[in-house]
Amino acid sequence: MESRRRSPLMWLLLLPFLGLLWVPFYNQHDPVLLGFPFFYWYQLAWVPLTSLILYVVYRAVRDDR
Amino acid sequence: MTADLDIPALSVFVFFFLLVTVMGFVAARWRRPETLAHLDEWGLGGRKFGTWITWFLIGGDFYTAYTVIAVPALVYAVGAYGFFALPYTIIVYPFVFAVMPVLWQAAKDKGYVTAGDVVYGTYGSRSLELAVALTGVIATMPYIALQLIGMEVAIKALGLHGEVPLIVAFLVLAFYTYSSGLRAPALIAFVKDIMIYIVVLVAVAIVPSKLGGYGAVFDAADAAFKAKGSGGILLSSAQILPYASLALGSALAAFMYPHTLTGIFASSGGNTIRKNAVLLPAYTLLLGLLAMLGYMGHAAGLKVTSNNDVVPALFKTLFPGWFAGFAFAAIAIGALVPAAVMSIGAANLFSRNVWKAYVNPNVTPSGEAQVAKITSMLVKIGALVAILVLPTQFALDLQLLGGLWILQTLPALIFGLYVSWFRAPALLAGWAVGFVAGSLIAWSDGLKPLHSLTFGDTKLTLYTGLLALAVNIVVAVVVNAVLTLGGRTPAVAAGR
Repeated sequence: MESRRRSPLMWLLLLPFLGLLWVPFYNQHDPVLLGFPFFYWYQLAWVPLTSLILYVVYRAVRDDR
Repeated sequence: MTADLDIPALSVFVFFFLLVTVMGFVAARWRRPETLAHLDEWGLGGRKFGTWITWFLIGGDFYTAYTVIAVPALVYAVGAYGFFALPYTIIVYPFVFAVMPVLWQAAKDKGYVTAGDVVYGTYGSRSLELAVALTGVIATMPYIALQLIGMEVAIKALGLHGEVPLIVAFLVLAFYTYSSGLRAPALIAFVKDIMIYIVVLVAVAIVPSKLGGYGAVFDAADAAFKAKGSGGILLSSAQILPYASLALGSALAAFMYPHTLTGIFASSGGNTIRKNAVLLPAYTLLLGLLAMLGYMGHAAGLKVTSNNDVVPALFKTLFPGWFAGFAFAAIAIGALVPAAVMSIGAANLFSRNVWKAYVNPNVTPSGEAQVAKITSMLVKIGALVAILVLPTQFALDLQLLGGLWILQTLPALIFGLYVSWFRAPALLAGWAVGFVAGSLIAWSDGLKPLHSLTFGDTKLTLYTGLLALAVNIVVAVVVNAVLTLGGRTPAVAAGR
């Protein structure tokens, strides 16, 4: 169980931190999507993306006891 | 805001409020345990909440009524900067996913109910336990007061004036929490969250079409900020570091609070928590859309005296009375769930880590539950009195400091799950320095959450809580290294 919890996929959990804490990357107006400036839709897009990442890691580390 | 009573709005509001009141009292019978006179039952709902109950409960108490009012208000006032709540409530989930199942397992194995229990069990130190417990209690009290502010705004929007409605609503809450414990907010959270989802989804679907689409909403906000000469729909370069550090610091602090930890401990297992980390971001999407209401306020040309009135004013302007009433009921009920869980979390801390540790070590399980029930009552009355008597700004300032304080308990609570190197005196020293230095820095900055550091020509401005946490960790590591080199034996890990 201990080794499964340390699955290498756990590293994926760092992606949302990188994607969202590197603010200069997304602090801009263009491209606009459905009226939303990039700053907004980029951050909103990270919501489902983070769920997806967590789901992938969940499949690897869950311990059904 | 008009002083006229809106009868359809008021009727809808009263109907839903009565509904949740009945549910709050009936909750004592829901998944009825053998006895409620035990802290595991009253304060943690028997540690049996599965994925969906946990989802509604944590969603209901993490995304509070105050959030519904304050996030759009901040976005209305300053623009893009107010959106830091969005990255904050995204990156919190990888953290929850990685750390909280480990903490849950330790709590389940050893019968821990609170953060104080975890610390005492791991390090065997009564002083570290007390530090963590008291930090939890004082950080939570202003948070409860903020829920009252959220409720007050919603009640005022209905045209009800004076303090009586607020007092009545809060007494009702206090009584059913007393009798049903955590089961009451868990059950009410279903109603509250579904109502909030309906309100926000309707608003984000319908309001832009009334205002000419999202493009027009952003343009109107942009124009309003330019006319005002401050704020904007993008961050200024000076706001970038504050934005990122507030998001990170808030995310690390979020699950150190007693109310969120109570939700974690009450769940039925590690997988329940992991599944919730996958599913809870749905609320974040809601929060992001909700924040847009601040911009919609500009597009609708609202002029409000207090920024907190943006959301109620928007609903009253754009929707029929009955739907506005539904929305205000959702906000007011939205205040009940977190206020109940917060008072239960604080009461559990007091009962386990102050009363049992110092006043009566031989207290029976039912005595322990009784102390917690009475404490939860007192905590709520204290918050109510604070809101009625003290200036609102006082609660806001304290809540801000509360975030900084609770963040200082992270090393004591979390480090022991991964390494057994740290010892209680070192963690206590780190906590004390972080707590005092952080408070003094915040005080010297006029109780603003940001502090500027100057290195030569470079000026870095970041979240004071994160700065205090860095100092905290450095002090803990240094003191621990000195103690270890001093030749004494390494940590007595009672729980290991």
